[in-house]
Amino acid sequence: MADTFSGLINYWVAIALMMIGFYIVIAQGNLVKKIVGLNIFQVAVFVFYISMGKVKGGTAPILDDSIEVYSNPLPHVLILTAIVVGVATTALALALIVRINRAYGTIEESEINEQDNVLDASEGKP
Amino acid sequence: MAEQSNMFLILLVIIPLIASPVCVLLRNATAAWAVSMAVAWSVFGIAIKLVNDLSASNQVLYYRIGGWDAPWGIEYALDKVGGLVILVVSIIGALSLVYAKRSVEKEIPPERIYLFYAMLMLCLSGLLGIVITGDAFNLFVFLEISSLSSYVLISLGKDKRALTSAFNYLIMGTIGATFYIIGVGMMYMMTGTLNMADLSTILPAVADSKTVMVALAFLTVGISLKLALFPLHAWLPGAYAFAPSVVTVFLAATATKVSLYVLIRIFFTVFGKVDVFETFPIQPVLLVMALAAMFIASLAAIWQQNIKRMLAYSSIAQIGYMVLGVAIATEAGLTGGIIHIFNHALMKGSLFMAVGAMAYGAGITTVSDMAGMGRRMPLLMAAFVVGGLSLIGVPLTVGFVSKWALVSAALDAQMWPLAALILLSSLLAIIYVWRVVEIAYLKPAPENAPKPSAVPLSMLIPTWVLALASIWFGANATFTMNMAGSAARHLMGGY
Repeated sequence: MADTFSGLINYWVAIALMMIGFYIVIAQGNLVKKIVGLNIFQVAVFVFYISMGKVKGGTAPILDDSIEVYSNPLPHVLILTAIVVGVATTALALALIVRINRAYGTIEESEINEQDNVLDASEGKP
Repeated sequence: MAEQSNMFLILLVIIPLIASPVCVLLRNATAAWAVSMAVAWSVFGIAIKLVNDLSASNQVLYYRIGGWDAPWGIEYALDKVGGLVILVVSIIGALSLVYAKRSVEKEIPPERIYLFYAMLMLCLSGLLGIVITGDAFNLFVFLEISSLSSYVLISLGKDKRALTSAFNYLIMGTIGATFYIIGVGMMYMMTGTLNMADLSTILPAVADSKTVMVALAFLTVGISLKLALFPLHAWLPGAYAFAPSVVTVFLAATATKVSLYVLIRIFFTVFGKVDVFETFPIQPVLLVMALAAMFIASLAAIWQQNIKRMLAYSSIAQIGYMVLGVAIATEAGLTGGIIHIFNHALMKGSLFMAVGAMAYGAGITTVSDMAGMGRRMPLLMAAFVVGGLSLIGVPLTVGFVSKWALVSAALDAQMWPLAALILLSSLLAIIYVWRVVEIAYLKPAPENAPKPSAVPLSMLIPTWVLALASIWFGANATFTMNMAGSAARHLMGGY
């Protein structure tokens, strides 16, 4: 029992972070906070991948006669790519938020929806 | 199936990818358009060549990047399903660029136009990459290339709601893509490989494990988000309604189709030797979602005022038909789903082009604005009617071919209630198409309506090319049926 917990601690952390991030994305009305949640959600996946490649006692994959156990570098490399994608997504999202703030004067979802509903309702009426 | 190396595969991705920064460096709207135009048409040429090679050799085409053999290196592979999808993407890409020139000049501020073309090229490159890659993680990268550029493209719309739509799409799209990498990661844990062909040989040995089951669930939900499968469709109506006309045409006809292709790839290639539909309870879920999409989205379409939003809801319903074909999971069902990818691209492309051109000429945005359009813009309205008839599934249009294939597949699979529901949902399409047609032809234009400005030929011709294609392939479906049929046979394991 103790092993299931301590041996898999990284995965428990990853799942907890994933849920926290996901919850923030859904529950928060502030657009910036949504992006923060999205980042936590993505970081959880990064932790998940990095844990998966780690071998206990293994080192970085540099060939040397004195080393016998290596960690798997592939998941780590994949996550480098995913981090770059995450940065691009965050940058784009923040840029959109700046534009939204200029157009609507707010970054609260409820206030934006109110303005949108007025616009939607005015469509189709002369 | 034997394999054949083909260098043109990589060109499909490289050419538009390089064109994108070139457009930025040019800093000139016309020059950027000219470059994109040349690229889109050469990509179309390459796609035709590849499809020709495919049918001539009856082999899977592949290209190994840097000469590294799979599964160590990243491999690009193209089979017949992929061939059909790159054909769809490149036809729509080429025609939307012809259409884009004048449409974009009116809808996007002149100083941003060259950036628009840069993004469009990036999106094209991403979508083609998704189709031809044979590596599960590489697919994620292309997915994000195409998604990030489409968020930007949508946010270029004139209406301020374009910004919120793009933001919502960004949130949903990122969650979808992240779900996808969680799924890929779990598969990698169990198999130690990312190459799709390699995955398919190793997965059967571990298919009983919970990890693989959860991986499949994550993959399905993640891709369904990108696919806008009901009830994960919330981002789509706003995104299509407020994006610039060309962007709507391009995305509606390609982006969701490519996601459906990914779903097919996962079910029938990666999990191809596991028999997903026997091992996992996936069929009832997909069937219910598909049917819900067909009915609820069609009902929602009936109540829309904004005409682009109405067509967007109709797209969600049409995605339902495609997923239905996949969920029937027989060779005939898959053929129906695949052929509808092609057919729906033709009809939705022509419908959105017609609406975009009418918006260009007469500034219409809502269904009631269409009053008198039958007389004011007869050619465009006629193209709209052709597209509309195709949505309903009237004989001699491509819509009929798709529905025929789906209904007969449902009957073959002893799922006769499905056949009845497909026909019933077509009745809903009659209602929302007729609503527009009635207003356009029977209601006179308001007295004070300004005379519509002339729509340039560069917008009229692509609209009619797609409309005529949807009649041509409706009357003579041999080519598309053969292609979809052999693609489905290939996926189901026979050749």
